Amino acid sequence: MSEKQKNASAYWKENLRYLIVLLVIWFVVSFGCGILFREELDAFRLGGFKLGFWFAQQGSIYVFVILIFVYVRLMNKLDKKYGYDE
Amino acid sequence: MSVQTWTWLLVGITFALYFGIAIWARAGSTKEFYVAGGGVSPWANGMATAADWMSAASFISMAGLISFSGYDGSVYLMGWTGGYVLLALLLAPYLRKFGKFTVPDFIGDRYYSNTARTVAVICALIVSFTYVAGQMRGVGIVFSQFLQVDINLGVIIGMTVVLTFALLGGMKGITYTQVAQYCVLIFAFMVPAFFISMQMTGNIIPQIGMGGSVEGGEFLLDKLDKLHTELGFHEYTSGTKSTWDVFAITLALMTGTAGLPHVIVRFFTVPKVKDARKSAGFALLLIAILYTTAPAIAVFSRTNLIETVSNQPYSEIPEWFKNWEDTGLIAWSDKNGDGKIQYVAGDALSSKKPIYVEARGAHGERMVSNASDAKNELYVDKDIMVLANPEIANLPNWVIALVAAGGLAAALSTAAGLLLVISTSISHDLIKKQLKPNISDKGELTAARIAIFVAILIAGYFGINPPGFVAAVVALAFGLAAASFFPAIILGIFDKRMNSQGAISGMVVGIVLMLFYMMKFKLNMFGGGTSADWWFGTSPEGFGTIAMVVNVVISVVVSRMTPAPPQNVQEMVESIRIPSGAGEAHDH
Repeated sequence: MSEKQKNASAYWKENLRYLIVLLVIWFVVSFGCGILFREELDAFRLGGFKLGFWFAQQGSIYVFVILIFVYVRLMNKLDKKYGYDE
Repeated sequence: MSVQTWTWLLVGITFALYFGIAIWARAGSTKEFYVAGGGVSPWANGMATAADWMSAASFISMAGLISFSGYDGSVYLMGWTGGYVLLALLLAPYLRKFGKFTVPDFIGDRYYSNTARTVAVICALIVSFTYVAGQMRGVGIVFSQFLQVDINLGVIIGMTVVLTFALLGGMKGITYTQVAQYCVLIFAFMVPAFFISMQMTGNIIPQIGMGGSVEGGEFLLDKLDKLHTELGFHEYTSGTKSTWDVFAITLALMTGTAGLPHVIVRFFTVPKVKDARKSAGFALLLIAILYTTAPAIAVFSRTNLIETVSNQPYSEIPEWFKNWEDTGLIAWSDKNGDGKIQYVAGDALSSKKPIYVEARGAHGERMVSNASDAKNELYVDKDIMVLANPEIANLPNWVIALVAAGGLAAALSTAAGLLLVISTSISHDLIKKQLKPNISDKGELTAARIAIFVAILIAGYFGINPPGFVAAVVALAFGLAAASFFPAIILGIFDKRMNSQGAISGMVVGIVLMLFYMMKFKLNMFGGGTSADWWFGTSPEGFGTIAMVVNVVISVVVSRMTPAPPQNVQEMVESIRIPSGAGEAHDH
């Protein structure tokens, strides 16, 4: 494997690691908190919201937005580290 | 000024604005026509994507839908936003690096096969046409509700406007008009929400007001739950759908969103891979403003509606009630003859829509011939929650007019984006790539414009004569996209070993399975069936999830039994995984 290919495959591996972590969070806030464990979470409250209901109709969406911007930051750094920045 | 005058004024101003932009942003080359020259800034692309994405359904119907279904409505909120995470992380950057014009372009090149390209074109056309017919209808409805224009004339006006900026400017014209349309629609959606939130909860931010308390210190949501239980409805904050079905529908909507060709193509318009990621973030941020406000509007208007009408004598009901009765979105029949409106659980009518008769009832109400035996006396169309919300809350006339302009912006921007995908599929993927490869740039541009013209005529025809199945299948366009494109694209990027045999068989089986299930349970073909016959208790809306899984399994199994893709394709996959050197979107 050439130096260039090694660089590329190391970049790809780190990228996949980020993706897995971010997608686990994506799954937990929406499918986890908002759907599968909604009833359990509804026992807790956030102001006037039952917590599970809040995740389903508000919280998950906020987290989605944050996730994408975190991804943008992480990837910009990663691009620089491996010399793919332009 | 009256509501009518305000509405004409605001609609007139916004339309003039769209025309102005269309003339300013004329497209001269296929590149400008297909991907706006590839030089759109991430912010502008984010706004255009948001407007493209938020259709008449998001603007007019979604809050109402949630209002009547409570927790169950969460599937739309999470489904239509969560898909952007998938889009940003798994698709947009790689497709931008690939750097061609369309989704079938990617499928055709990645799977080195014109069969794959053709399958992708057919999927794109099916998905886009089911979706666009609903938009043209939406335009007609807004015109007829607010301006008392005939619904068909409304559709024709809408067609003309879209035609103008799509024909002149292609993607370039559409992108910059969509930026304007985003501003109009978000302003129109938020202003009433601020007013009503302030009125009901004392907090101007609807997202916070929704969890706030009303007069007397009780939490708004608790009050609504109580009202619902008293009247025999299910508790607002808990649903009636099974957990599995909510899960399946949400996942189908998310993956469908990420697989919709008119959304994906937007990420071909930015200059760099970096910009594609960033603009997905901006798009979701801008979409989230509407999507976190909608559930708040749902709660406010639901509470308002129940408090205003429940057990009130018809003679003392506010003016808006009678206005919307006249337009056919409300119907009341005094079943127990007490002159009061009983609004409880159960269907007030024996069929879906009210069938009015000429005569007026004892209290001056419009009589219907299809009242049911249920106790409930009131029929309310769900669209009313956004359309009539400002009136119900007694807001000034200009706010009411604003809603009309916003609804039109939402419907027109989505229609334009879809029509462009349809025309590109024909002029680029079919004519240029298959039938007539040496067509000149100018010839291709002419073909694209003719295709857009024909597509608008077809869309307009369906808008004027909506076949019964359009309404039923619009939501299913997502299932179709989830079952066909999403796996083919993801596997094309993340599985280097995926080959054309695998991807084609997966796409074909996925979309056929989805179409079959849709026709069986939505259109009563192949023996039909009720919810008891659903496979694994999955509704047709959620079936995209199952069809998608089947697609993935078949793709992987078939690809492992057939030869690996050629070396140059494997190299292409390696190159799209690296962000640098994207260059501009180009044509081979």
